Amino acid sequence: MKLTVNGTEHEVDVEPEMPLLWVLRDELNIKGPKYGCGIAQCGACTVHVDGMAVRSCQLPVGDLEGEVTTIEGLGTPESLHAVQAAWVAHQVAQCGYCQSGQIMQAAALLDLNPAPTDAEIDAVMSGNLCRCGTYPRIRAAIHDAAQKLSEA
Amino acid sequence: MSRAGKIARRTFLIGSAAIAGGVAFGVYMAKKPIPNPLLDDLKDGEAAITPFVKIDANGITLITPRADKGQGAYSIQAYLIAEELDIDPATATITPGMPRQAYYNATVLGEGVPIPAYKEGFVADTLRDFMSVPAKLLSIQMTGGSSTVPDGFDRMRLAGATARETLKEAAARRVGVARGDLRTENGAVILPDGTSIAYTDLAAEAAEIDPITNVTLRPASAWRYLGKPDLPRLDMLRKCTGTEVYGIDMEFQDMLHATVRANPAVGTAGARVDASAAEAMRGVEKILPVSNGVGVIANNTWRAFQAAEVLEIEWSAPDYPGTSDGIFAALEQALGDPDSYDHRQRDEGDVDAALEAGEIIDARYRIPYLAHAPMEPMNAVVRVLEGQVEIWTGTQIPLFIRDRAATIAGVAPEAVKVYVLPMGGSFGHRLEMTHVEQAVELALAVPGRHLKLTWSREEDMSHDYPRPASVAAGRGQVADGKVVAFDLSVSQSAMAPEWFGRLSGMSLPGPDATITTGSWDQPFAIPNYRVTGYRAPSMVPVSSWRSVGASGNGFYHDSFLDELIHAAGADPLAERILLCLHEPARKVLEAVGEMSGWDGPSMAEGRGRGVGFCMSFGVPCAQVIEVTQTEAGIRIDQVYVAVDVGEVLDPTNLEAQVFGGVIFGLGHAMNCALTYEDHAPLETNYHAYEGMRLYQAPQIEVRALSNGSRIRGVGEPAVPPAAPALANAIFAATGQRIRELPLNKHIDFV
Repeated sequence: MKLTVNGTEHEVDVEPEMPLLWVLRDELNIKGPKYGCGIAQCGACTVHVDGMAVRSCQLPVGDLEGEVTTIEGLGTPESLHAVQAAWVAHQVAQCGYCQSGQIMQAAALLDLNPAPTDAEIDAVMSGNLCRCGTYPRIRAAIHDAAQKLSEA
Repeated sequence: MSRAGKIARRTFLIGSAAIAGGVAFGVYMAKKPIPNPLLDDLKDGEAAITPFVKIDANGITLITPRADKGQGAYSIQAYLIAEELDIDPATATITPGMPRQAYYNATVLGEGVPIPAYKEGFVADTLRDFMSVPAKLLSIQMTGGSSTVPDGFDRMRLAGATARETLKEAAARRVGVARGDLRTENGAVILPDGTSIAYTDLAAEAAEIDPITNVTLRPASAWRYLGKPDLPRLDMLRKCTGTEVYGIDMEFQDMLHATVRANPAVGTAGARVDASAAEAMRGVEKILPVSNGVGVIANNTWRAFQAAEVLEIEWSAPDYPGTSDGIFAALEQALGDPDSYDHRQRDEGDVDAALEAGEIIDARYRIPYLAHAPMEPMNAVVRVLEGQVEIWTGTQIPLFIRDRAATIAGVAPEAVKVYVLPMGGSFGHRLEMTHVEQAVELALAVPGRHLKLTWSREEDMSHDYPRPASVAAGRGQVADGKVVAFDLSVSQSAMAPEWFGRLSGMSLPGPDATITTGSWDQPFAIPNYRVTGYRAPSMVPVSSWRSVGASGNGFYHDSFLDELIHAAGADPLAERILLCLHEPARKVLEAVGEMSGWDGPSMAEGRGRGVGFCMSFGVPCAQVIEVTQTEAGIRIDQVYVAVDVGEVLDPTNLEAQVFGGVIFGLGHAMNCALTYEDHAPLETNYHAYEGMRLYQAPQIEVRALSNGSRIRGVGEPAVPPAAPALANAIFAATGQRIRELPLNKHIDFV
């Protein structure tokens, strides 16, 4: 089975029911997407499929249609995406485990809605759980990233 | 032994966090220096001037032995060393290093002494300091109890200063000038003529010199990093780019992936297992018994999970109640029962006589078991090879893990290496090590192979060693607008002895202070004031949960105080300030009053505000919460927090920890419980145990004060006041007094 992740094509020999998350983590050693719940309740596994935010723990790899982008493909420490830069500027992360998913969700949100209100942020981001309680800074960072993207 | 030593020892043995278990403590043993563990495997040209700094020709390594579970320990420890060493910590390698006695936590047990944190003076301070003795002798290298900063504040700066002065001495000898004529800057010694010699260039010579330990720490006014706003966390970039490597991310060539299913009745043996369906599944290599359960070894985590799910297992049942109703009945039965009496660390005035003076105000409270449920489930990678055991895991207790792994594998502790990794949260969950025990058991069956054990979320929440459930009864008396009697009794299973016994195999004698921590030790003066702890039987095995005893007692003590103040007809905030006998605590109460523009609990129609206060880990924290009753339920509008940690080293992270503590405290108080049926919790994943999601997160404003006399940690103290502040605000807005958590059993939230 073939799939394209962060611009690179991979071939894997797995059963089609295997969730994309475990293909990424255990077969391709792409560790940015995290396992948190396995039932699409926490969002730590969020990746983009053709730009749309998707819970990779609930997407059987056999049903995958489109190119996958993980946090590693969004930006790098040397070249940050605007959302990542805002996350660093606001010192959002505590344990950081959920933040790959938070950032991927936020990037997808800003792609569709370049200037979200607090209520729109709440609605879209509430599927991404953070047990450390970084929410106030997530809200602030998203507004900041929206501002920077609109100026770009 | 000095008089203070005698007092300390006697009190210590009967006291609360006593750790004795037959170990003989002596001043001689305690004063014996601990060898620097870095010297054991030093290579040519490397210098390890202190246990915290290693330098060779290629670079500088800072050892930061307190583990990072999100609270910022990694960063602040590096900044503490760097402040005196004169380096940019971002240029250094930062690692927790191998667990060793040298990294014992001298502070964490000090909070357990039977003297409240607001009391200072010779005996109190001597006793707290004395608790460093058992910590050292027992090699308690533990992260927890909000102790990283208080424990490391002097010790790690001294390590930096010692390394700096020793490097200067090496330079002084090389060029033939006095050490006093040299200065240091940005990782180099600067000679009088302005030329600089990099530390890395001096490493080999510094290694030959006895470390210069007679050093003076710089005053706060000279700090470059500490106390400065916008101090960046040194792990932030990795955490925002998916490049931080947590335990669950460890990868090795040809690694096996495993999971387990253990008896949902934690600690109880497994029983009959039918593994035939699981054995036939793709990628499954072995199915083996582990302690209290079954392990599945496969070539992919998901395949291991799938196989574990189809195992057919009949579990054996323990002999404690299997349902929440049965558990609460046992807690209620122990409450006030003389046979279950555990301790009374506060008994002032004549409570019994004062209660008889009029109609008694009565209130009964209860709180549920709570899971830690950190985002990263428990996991460990283990390899057993030729009598050596290697372990990679995120943990707060690396030395307990080393010793237990040695026992399981039948090797000496020195043959076990524990690589401590960043943790995707903990909240106390990683003060346990069942998952590591299971991983070692499984790895022994596949010698030479790396094996990664991952708990599914369901396994993690079922084997969480939760925060204890407990019940409390308050009885009080008011007269002439004043609270005159406050009598609180709390019943809980003994958490600290259970936990310490699991880890060490030793028993903790004496009472379990966690039953009333956060109630008995509050800085208030009430003429007749009594707090009593009752020890219920051991039931669901329990453990420390962020803020430990204060997580429940903060709710009990402050809720009941609020009821009595209301009954007395006094203002909730003004009366707390009047009753308060500790200056820094009074100041945080005054601060939240000012921040919130407090003019009483009543606001506009359908709105109300409540104040909550708790002093935990020596940190007074006050919160004012404003709520609105809407058609859809209660909405939290705003939270004001004032906190005093003595000295603020990292204002940005302090605010983050307070945000997190408030949200953790509120989310669980509103929404969370573990409900038991058939000895297992019904809530096994986040759909049933959300904590707080972003849409419920209120605006939070934080003010840090610095009136306290000792430096303190801020990872936990913002948690306990959140629940009572919210319950008190709901009372102000609705007139409904809720005495049971979670609050959503009784009222809806937006």
